[in-house]
Amino acid sequence: MHAIGAKGTTRWRWVLLPGLLLALLIGAWQVATSTGAIAELFSLEPYLVPSPVEIAESLWENRSLLAENAWVTLREIVFGVLCAIAVGIGFAVAMQRWRTVHDATYPLIVASQTIPIVVIAPILVVWFGYGLPPKIFIIALICFFPITIATLDGLRSVDPEAVKMMRTLDASRWQRFWRVEAPTALPQLFTGIKIAVVIAPIGAIFAEWAGSSSGLGHLIQSDTANFEVARQFATVAVLSAIALALMALTVLAERRVIRWR
Amino acid sequence: MRQDTNMKPESGQQGLSLTALQHSYGELETLAAIDLEVPAGGVVGLVGPSGCGKSTLLELICGLREQTGGRVAVAGHEAAAQRLARCAFMPQRDLLLPWYSALDNAALALRNQGLRREPARAAAADLFERFGLGGFEAARPTELSGGMRQRVAFLRTLVAGKPVLALDEPFAALDAITRGEMQEWLAAALRTDPRTVVLVTHDVEEALYLCDRVAVLSARPGRIVAELGVPARRAEDRDAAVTDPAFVAAREQALRALHRGSRGS
Repeated sequence: MHAIGAKGTTRWRWVLLPGLLLALLIGAWQVATSTGAIAELFSLEPYLVPSPVEIAESLWENRSLLAENAWVTLREIVFGVLCAIAVGIGFAVAMQRWRTVHDATYPLIVASQTIPIVVIAPILVVWFGYGLPPKIFIIALICFFPITIATLDGLRSVDPEAVKMMRTLDASRWQRFWRVEAPTALPQLFTGIKIAVVIAPIGAIFAEWAGSSSGLGHLIQSDTANFEVARQFATVAVLSAIALALMALTVLAERRVIRWR
Repeated sequence: MRQDTNMKPESGQQGLSLTALQHSYGELETLAAIDLEVPAGGVVGLVGPSGCGKSTLLELICGLREQTGGRVAVAGHEAAAQRLARCAFMPQRDLLLPWYSALDNAALALRNQGLRREPARAAAADLFERFGLGGFEAARPTELSGGMRQRVAFLRTLVAGKPVLALDEPFAALDAITRGEMQEWLAAALRTDPRTVVLVTHDVEEALYLCDRVAVLSARPGRIVAELGVPARRAEDRDAAVTDPAFVAAREQALRALHRGSRGS
């Protein structure tokens, strides 16, 4: 894989190549839907299989509705991921520092990821209501895992020779952490955050399905009942755009913070 | 050729004193009864086959590890924390921290000791000029050559202000020409800023050129099989020094001792 932005040519490759592939797929889809091929194949009413052009139209017509709901979902995702970062770093640091904490929490952290969100989400809605807290909780629950594991791996990749060296250079436990361990773990932390921002929208949708009065997940749910298929696709496109934007933001932040690579 | 046991130091003496020092990892004995005296300002080389416990010995001296038997004293202090406070360790790889500039790397110990960034940098900057690193203060470690990185790493060790420097094969990763240059450089550095030095190396010539004395260790469990006096003692002209007949004879002697030791005599 090429480093993003390493050279002029590679800078464009990562925009151009996926763009081309996407255009190709959308073109094929347009042909397949406007000729009615897919609808015929699956014996469906044509309005259930919207073409890219119809989806784009829906995207434009519903722009204020989509923006309103996207704002709701974006807030859930951002707060959820921020909580996940705080909790993930906290766990990773504590697990690295204290063996007992590591041994006690590791199996439970793994087990936390086997909790089916669809099961726990309605319970959380019952407990915390329709508002923001259950959404943040669910997103943080699925996002803290990659951040914890990646950061822990990063902290463990510290060269033991460097630690010895720092000890003879009079570094306290804290100084060793801030000057050697934390910077060493930073790239891994960012890897965890990148995974988190991509899976967070899925968490947001499940959380909204369990109970909400707004948000992109809520919109998809109500559109399912009304066979608003074009708008559902438009909503999914907005959700993907959110994930891509957060990913890009994370990569930018990473490049700003980790200047030595 | 063993150290005369009558020459034990008085307690409170400066320098380094190892007495019947022994270390094991569980069942595995790594060091057997090491006796070694290094006066303050003395430079002693440790050569020996791979895995003979040279690095373990350095860690014991620095107080990074506890011995399983015998005694080790740095300037008369035996407690590990006291040893740690008096020794600075330079690892084989430079281990410069890539997130700091060359100058900030060199100033690391001063920062750890509680100095603010600017005074710490100013103190290290003086040494940069003196040790031929002027102009590279702001360079990132990745922008420096191998020799330059090793210089910064040595300065980082020196700046800590410890009386004892523990150098673990500091130039092993460099090419032969750079290594020769760095040996000359280190010799000059020790002439202007004398410290008690324990130098672990694979390179007999390096040890004989840089040290006052060279201790040859046997294969595991490491014990000192020979201690050699040195003819050159950090002469300014390294090339002339290492081709001197007395130096060549000392090298032969050291290599023979090394061969005997590696067969596990």
